[in-house]
Amino acid sequence: MIVEVLRRLRSQGAMLAVGAVAALTWTASSTAPAMAQSDGVFKIGVIGFLSGPAAESFGIPSVNTAKMLAEKLNAGGVPAPYATKGIGGKKIELVVIDEGAGGTKVIEGFRNLVERDHVDAVVGPIASGNCLALAPIAEELKQFTILSDCGTPQVFEARSYDYVFRAGAHGTMDNVSLVLYLRDKGVKFDTFSTINQKYAYGQDALADFRASLDVVMPGRTLKSELWPTFGAGQYGAEISALQKDRADLIYSSLWGGDLQAFVLQAAPRGLFKESQLALMAAAHVLPALGNKMPDGVIMGERGATGLLARPSPLNDWFWKTYVEAFKQIPASSSAYRMAQSLFGLKIAAEKAMKLNGGKNPSSQELAAAMTGLEWDAPAGRIRMALGKGHQAIQDAAVGRTKWDAQHKMVTLIDIKYYDADCVNPPEGVKSIDWIKSGFKGAKCSQ
Amino acid sequence: MEQVIAILIDGVIYASWLFVVAVGLTLIFGVMRIVNIAHGAIYAIGAYATATLVGLGLGDDAPPWLSLVLMVIAAASVAAIIGPFLERGVLRWFYGRDEMVLLLVTYAILYILDSLMLTVWGSSPYYVTAAYGVFDSVNIGSLSYVGYDFLLIAVALAVGVGLHVYLAYTSRGKLLTAVIHSAEISSAMGIRINRIYMGTFTLGVFLAALAGALTSPMISIQPGVGTNLIIISFAVIIIGGLGSVYGAAVGALIVGICRSAAVHIAPEIELFVIYMVMVAVLLVRPEGLFPPMRVRQI
Repeated sequence: MIVEVLRRLRSQGAMLAVGAVAALTWTASSTAPAMAQSDGVFKIGVIGFLSGPAAESFGIPSVNTAKMLAEKLNAGGVPAPYATKGIGGKKIELVVIDEGAGGTKVIEGFRNLVERDHVDAVVGPIASGNCLALAPIAEELKQFTILSDCGTPQVFEARSYDYVFRAGAHGTMDNVSLVLYLRDKGVKFDTFSTINQKYAYGQDALADFRASLDVVMPGRTLKSELWPTFGAGQYGAEISALQKDRADLIYSSLWGGDLQAFVLQAAPRGLFKESQLALMAAAHVLPALGNKMPDGVIMGERGATGLLARPSPLNDWFWKTYVEAFKQIPASSSAYRMAQSLFGLKIAAEKAMKLNGGKNPSSQELAAAMTGLEWDAPAGRIRMALGKGHQAIQDAAVGRTKWDAQHKMVTLIDIKYYDADCVNPPEGVKSIDWIKSGFKGAKCSQ
Repeated sequence: MEQVIAILIDGVIYASWLFVVAVGLTLIFGVMRIVNIAHGAIYAIGAYATATLVGLGLGDDAPPWLSLVLMVIAAASVAAIIGPFLERGVLRWFYGRDEMVLLLVTYAILYILDSLMLTVWGSSPYYVTAAYGVFDSVNIGSLSYVGYDFLLIAVALAVGVGLHVYLAYTSRGKLLTAVIHSAEISSAMGIRINRIYMGTFTLGVFLAALAGALTSPMISIQPGVGTNLIIISFAVIIIGGLGSVYGAAVGALIVGICRSAAVHIAPEIELFVIYMVMVAVLLVRPEGLFPPMRVRQI
């Protein structure tokens, strides 16, 4: 009996102790941000994949860039027009959360960033599904949020937001520019097959590609449409199906580890000797794959980013600084998209701070400053031209792979750039409708 | 006709890979009643360990077949280190608790191992493709296969036959079968079930690591490589019957061939078809196709 009572007391005591620690932690974390903000800190919540299949290709380059730029901006070590220290003189502080734990955890983490950490702004997430899930929550919490990377056009085409922005172009331009490239470079094909991951990104990508093809190069016959799951890892059956088809061209929006596994398994089976491979966004896998990527593969990288980026003082600085920091080139568009998100945030925040006397801007003030904004980034000029000034457009680029034996790396040659206004829909028009209209209103320089 | 042949070959290759993973999972459940959520992470460690060993042991002049030997050594090393450590160091403290508690413990182990992999190997991808080119290509009609794919079938057969012989014809295998039927009675009869548990868990770890090692030449080894695999492996052992080695073989074959057929005929239902089969089997036989025999306890 006594033992039982003691056990109960001990268990209740333990619970009380845990409760007390939790309460103290909560209290401490609730008060800390208010103190931090008054201490001249600009707090940014960063959401990216630190684990899981998307970490290597997109998450780590994105988060690494955020950390690198926060450090450089705080030190005042970034070229003009970002040479001033921090954000409006306030030190940038990052709170990073992992997107790899799944959609529910991302939302929970986002709520924590807002309600516990009291961040000034959130940048992220990366996955299209997470962007679609998070945007309404950001709106509900009235939290200024920049979607850094996700590709689905649905975010601002399905509804409009006051507090949510996307600082990179959506995926439509990647497929439009790829099809224009096939036409401009005279790639000959009568038949094509496709392989895309079965989720929002892959489905949107294929819809845009096929619609663009119907407009630009009509009459091509689709042989087969394959839909492996995200992270499938094994593509034996898919490769057999593609080999059996013998289509002239294979289109894919596979990315990251899935794309690498597909190439590693398909190349030894001779698939790419029979068919021209055209990839929506794939240059991020080139440093890792090296000479295992065949020559002549046509690919983009979600804008003029990475190996497709144009030389400019800002891009040259970004490239050099990234290589020095991480001993690898910033081949992933995620690194570039994080950079343009943070540079856009700095411009918008400083614009808002000029109007409010230098205080940390509220979400409303940040949103007002960001709407319709234009700024320079390593990937070129970024313009908030769509989604009522909330969705960015940027230039696109497509090239072909070529193994450079001297430098032991894959390079992209035969690169063609497309103006943002040529490959993005005009304001107020849904991407797929714009493509089906024959790109009405597109302004192409050649 | 060519399509039927392609479906069968692709299906059997995929099934072989699945079987090597799933049989370890089902063995651990059958003997220890543990749903090992960390199995996918151990598969990934097998792949990473192979990358490390091949990187250390395979110079430019080394013959590519040597990487096949290093794969087995990598899997054995992972099993020898992780198996006893996890079983003796973590899991045994939770024996006798609800199965759900043990499931949560392995879930925690999954996260710890994931973080450990990131710490040890980082996020950059590793490649060990040399083994994929060891065997010549095999042409069947208009299709070309890499000879290595057929090695997967051979390994799965060896694992299946080996386990059958072990369980049916060796005294240690019979002790294991007794523990599968009832750990409590086996213990009362003098069987040292702690030793059986450690051996079984280590064998399960070896099989997961071996599957990871075998897959390593075909993929880019990076964080999350085992994430999806574990879900399909569960479908396999649910179809076959939780805890049944033979069920895992049949389950893997059913999943492999159904998935392959879907890819060739109706690719949009590739994933759906696996779970459709699982639901169909559960409707007819809720305990799976080959539920392990249970001794009625009075």
